Amino acid sequence: MTVESTAARKPRRSSGTKRAAGAASARKTAAATAQPHDAEPQLVQLLTPEGERVEVDSHPEVAEFAAFVADVTTEDLRGLYRDMVLTRRFDGEATALQRQGELGLWASLLGQEAAQIGSGRALRDDDYVFPTYREHGVAWCRGVDPTNLLGMFRGVNHGGWDPNTNNFHLYTIVIGSQTLHATGYAMGVAKDGADSAVIAYFGDGASSQGDVMEAFNFSAVYNSPVVFFCQNNQWAISEPTERQMRVPLYQRAQGFGFPGIRVDGNDVLACLAVTRWALDRARRGEGPALIEAFTYRMGAHTTSDDPTKYRADEETAAWEAKDPILRLKAHLLASGGADEAFFEELEAESEALGKRVREVVRAMPDPDTMAIFENVYADGHALVDEERAQFAAYLASFEPAEEGH
Amino acid sequence: MAVEKMSIAKALNESLRKAMDTDPKVLIMGEDVGKLGGVFRITDGLQKDFGEERVIDTPLAESGIVGTAIGLALRGYRPVVEIQFDGFVFPAYDQIVTQLAKMHARALGKIKLPVVVRIPYGGAIGAVEHHSESPETLFAHVAGLKVVSPSNASDAYWMLQQAILSDDPVIFFEPKRRYWDKGEVDTDAIPGELHKARVVREGADLTLAAYGPMVKVCLEAAAAAAEEGKSVEVLDLRSMSPIDFDGIQASVEKTRRLVVVHEAPVFLGTGSEIAARITERCFYHLEAPVLRVGGFHAPYPPARLEDEYLPGLDRVLDAVDRSLAF
Ligand SMILES: Cc1ncc(C[n+]2csc(CCOP(=O)(O)OP(=O)(O)O)c2C)c(N)n1
Repeated sequence: MTVESTAARKPRRSSGTKRAAGAASARKTAAATAQPHDAEPQLVQLLTPEGERVEVDSHPEVAEFAAFVADVTTEDLRGLYRDMVLTRRFDGEATALQRQGELGLWASLLGQEAAQIGSGRALRDDDYVFPTYREHGVAWCRGVDPTNLLGMFRGVNHGGWDPNTNNFHLYTIVIGSQTLHATGYAMGVAKDGADSAVIAYFGDGASSQGDVMEAFNFSAVYNSPVVFFCQNNQWAISEPTERQMRVPLYQRAQGFGFPGIRVDGNDVLACLAVTRWALDRARRGEGPALIEAFTYRMGAHTTSDDPTKYRADEETAAWEAKDPILRLKAHLLASGGADEAFFEELEAESEALGKRVREVVRAMPDPDTMAIFENVYADGHALVDEERAQFAAYLASFEPAEEGH
Repeated sequence: MAVEKMSIAKALNESLRKAMDTDPKVLIMGEDVGKLGGVFRITDGLQKDFGEERVIDTPLAESGIVGTAIGLALRGYRPVVEIQFDGFVFPAYDQIVTQLAKMHARALGKIKLPVVVRIPYGGAIGAVEHHSESPETLFAHVAGLKVVSPSNASDAYWMLQQAILSDDPVIFFEPKRRYWDKGEVDTDAIPGELHKARVVREGADLTLAAYGPMVKVCLEAAAAAAEEGKSVEVLDLRSMSPIDFDGIQASVEKTRRLVVVHEAPVFLGTGSEIAARITERCFYHLEAPVLRVGGFHAPYPPARLEDEYLPGLDRVLDAVDRSLAF
């Protein structure tokens, strides 16, 4: 597979991707002469929004990718479905917990389940993941207990898990930073002669950051085994993709010297296929690849955001018709891949997960005050020791007074 | 006279509006500043009224934002850029420190860079990592930059316009936890000097010097101390570069005691510089060493610990007591 063939591939077009007219006015300046890169995006698709498998024979490029999921059984499909449903449930629960004041903030992945589960399930245990802050579905695939993801949003820690336990790095809030970390990690993997791969997640907004472009370049120059997985969910807070790029993102890879591909990010099977393809290349020493998963952030940017200020309801409604979960459900039902009992069982499992998440979050203790001074340095630091002692003495000075009450 | 009660956020919005009305060269740039009006809504409605050519939604790239603002300033514009949160200024730090701060000197004074970088800063809003920091010293240490922070609506209104009028680059720190505090703004007043400290409460026994979000805490501390018969003067520094040492000196010569309060870490902070200078200037007037109250030499903690980390009333009063005990 050459750079050209992947960048210029022309698989099935997905329907209904046109933007609602009402949301277009903020984009006038950039749109004047820009390519209509999102009007009818060309993307790899294996499962249509209606839940039908795309005819492999009629499209040679589709056949190429379909080969990467030829081994996927009906049971595997049910597994992917289960992952998406439970991830969405967890996410919905977290949003509700934020509304109830249990979390300070939540960044919902609603709508991006297929991109995350498809790519996440393509990974091997020894691969390493560098997420941003919305990759709850990928974390799920890595076996990170979802309740661990809530600590930083509740405000009890800045991470909450050991990245090396599941090869899932901490969430990164400074946009784009982690793409360079992933690239460096991948450079290390290559130096070690290992055949694992690294995957870096980022958003369409992040693609504007210098760090991301530097990561592209480093990884190309060092031929590093890293897969760049951009979830183009159409928005960076209130900024549409037209404010971030003039040509479709996946095409940018070519300029750096590696292949880029756009996949239907709401098609879990296609996401699985293209990520497997990219990981395989990386493992074989063929260097980085860029995947642009064309998807949609169905909810607000975070619970602090108000999307009604900048985007039209029609747009959101149009994307709802492409819901990644409904699509696979339709397929499972139509193909006899799952029966009612399966869905009922899964619903019960969802309920149980929701309950557990609520319980764990409510029971999450506030950290000890003196934790402020913990882990500032690995080898200790005289100033920190001094301040810790002073602050402890200060806090202790309240104790006798409080006994009197 | 046009005296109006408004929040700091509104005052900043009105100030930007007035600056844009007055000078067509004034531009606003940043992430989400257009339709959304910025994540704190400081630029609310401005794009609607001044258009997309003057209120510019940028790509998500801080280095790009400041770097292009420098270019626009070289071309005669007066860009006011918004950095979304304190912790996200660092991708732009290179442009600010290596370019924005130094170009005037390198051009032997022949070019001016009237760029304002607005940064919502500080904690106490329960945010996640990188949304609560106080990096002002990192900028104040760099020659060529001016660094200011208002603490109330009137200063927010006036200081921002003065910053925009300044031919030097100004890093304008906005105390985000005070955005919704209301105060009176006289939009016809003749404003004071941008870099002058202001006595916001008179006192005789001790001076509390603060800026931005901590001024309110110090005023509360002074009120509490008054109940115990202690007369505490509160000084709003307003500017971290330059610092109005004359103003501080005048107060300290009167009260003979000084406590400097800020959210930023104490170590090598604004308070350290003030302590050193005031010790030099007022050595024979001081009854006690200059004390500092501020953050620790530790990363800004997760939200559930920030109340402990941030200097509150008790920690300020504790320092007042320690000073008075000398
Ligand atoms: C360097 C930096 N600048 C600004 C921000 C504030 N911010 C947080 S998320 C976000 C938008 C990110 O959009 P995108 O990369 O498309 O990812 P998405 O949130 O849509 O998944 C912004 C501007 C930040 N976190 N880091």
